[in-house]
Amino acid sequence: MKNIFKHKTLQKFISILITYAAIQGLITVGIIDDYWQATLATICINIILAVSLNLITGFTGQFSLGHAGFMSIGAYVCAIITISNPTTVGFIGGIIAGAIAAALIGALVGLPTLRLRGDYLAIATLGMAEIIKIIFLNLEITNGAAGLQGIPQFVNWTWMFVFTVGTVVIIANFLKSSHGRACISIREDEIAAESMGVNTTKYKVISFTMGAFFAGIAGGIYASYFYFLKPDLFGFLKSVDVLVIVVLGGLGSISGSIIAAVLLAIISTFLQSFSEVRMIIYALLLIVLMLFRPQGLMGSKEISLSVFKKIGLKSKRGKEEV
Amino acid sequence: MAILTVKDLTKSFGGLTAVSKVNLELQQGELVGLIGPNGAGKTTAFNLLTGVYEPTAGKITLTKNGVPKEIQGLKPYTVCKDGLARTFQNIRLFKDLTVLDNVRIAMNQNVKYGLMSSFLHLPSYAKAEKELEKKSIELLKIFHLEGKKDEMAKNLPYGEQRHLEIVRALATEPSVLLLDEPAAGMNPAETAQLTELIQSIREQFNLTILLIEHDMSLVMKICERIYVLDYGQIIANGTPEEIKTNKRVIEAYLGEEVDNA
Repeated sequence: MKNIFKHKTLQKFISILITYAAIQGLITVGIIDDYWQATLATICINIILAVSLNLITGFTGQFSLGHAGFMSIGAYVCAIITISNPTTVGFIGGIIAGAIAAALIGALVGLPTLRLRGDYLAIATLGMAEIIKIIFLNLEITNGAAGLQGIPQFVNWTWMFVFTVGTVVIIANFLKSSHGRACISIREDEIAAESMGVNTTKYKVISFTMGAFFAGIAGGIYASYFYFLKPDLFGFLKSVDVLVIVVLGGLGSISGSIIAAVLLAIISTFLQSFSEVRMIIYALLLIVLMLFRPQGLMGSKEISLSVFKKIGLKSKRGKEEV
Repeated sequence: MAILTVKDLTKSFGGLTAVSKVNLELQQGELVGLIGPNGAGKTTAFNLLTGVYEPTAGKITLTKNGVPKEIQGLKPYTVCKDGLARTFQNIRLFKDLTVLDNVRIAMNQNVKYGLMSSFLHLPSYAKAEKELEKKSIELLKIFHLEGKKDEMAKNLPYGEQRHLEIVRALATEPSVLLLDEPAAGMNPAETAQLTELIQSIREQFNLTILLIEHDMSLVMKICERIYVLDYGQIIANGTPEEIKTNKRVIEAYLGEEVDNA
């Protein structure tokens, strides 16, 4: 049993390393140019946002529309710190400080609002994100509506990769633990969960705080890569964008969120050349996908070795029937 | 020794008093039935005991390790921690999770590793998870569900879903177990099997059991004492024989005799 576990961990580790090296290689050779590197950054940021929102909405079952708010806190805190201390240490400190600030606000907002359910919670979190946006619009330190410019760019592929993999691993590990299962039980049946000894309020706040923390990290990466911030970037539409990725990938599937984030970023990059009809095609694609896979690309399943085995079995069966 | 004492428990929903001044007393190791016509307030009484509803008035005292504690109005997860576990009349399993996860979730409150360990899967995580799985499978074996541990709970046959609910309640390590219509929807053979199981888990886990049931064959066979609830009030209390012949109970179930009819 232990050997298999080690074997699997090793396999995962190696495949992660290969992904990193392959893309790093493509960047060094110049096949992935600056234009596609921006897409790469968007993909990484969207994966972090989607996986962390999936923890709140897909796994814990709390409908949140305020993810852009947490992202903006991370972005502004990281930007302000790196502008005043433009070193790698400043950047790392900024991104972590931003994530912690987002997590604190998440906990603060979560404690009173997580009593609400469903649509009510969605509206409360939406309101929270708008309040955060308005605060950034009016603060002097964030330069109001004009926004912050010339944020030192520290994020490269290595940093993006480390933060993205870190986020996915930590959230996936959490969900496989007893604490993670407690969060999932809230989605399944809150009354039963509470009667089985799960402190539902505590686990909702933990999940919400964790989600906010990682949204803060995504914000920090955004600020450092695109070196320009203004409050409008983090409006209602940004939260909806993230929600679209989560729903499209499948509520309750981390691999689904990753696949959807990659897919949507690539599609929208390709559609750049048809600027007039871009949003129409994008919307149509979403409608078609939702019609044929209302549970999302992955449903609540994860890609793992056993999935490939099952596919193998099915195709074998198919052949026998033929 | 009384393990669970309920005194003058009352619950009103607006103008309707669903449970009115109910007094119950369960001795350590007893198997007690709570019966009554539909709408008598049995499930409401369970919801009050387990903290799902807050009582309008009254006291509930649960004795744990010889120390009495008042539990009325506490949150369900606290009540569960204090040793009161339950099943639900309309099955409330975690349907989209595996059988094993259903049981493991119920063991959540006794898990020792912290959040950091769950993020990074430190050695304390591996050790505790291994133990959790072992304990869960042992519990599942009692109900012969261990072979289905990786199946989704919703895919189990109805009878096994009811069994899984009992396993899940046992996983919280209770001293008092409340069963809300455990035999509902079962055929006579399944009910007979369940009757044996309830008796065997009571001995194995040193449990005190309070059960709501409409199936009189089960109630009369295994309960040592029976409380009868009607219109939110306890109208009778005694051994199965006493209850069978109690005039008020017969009236509650069949209606009053009309003179000169």
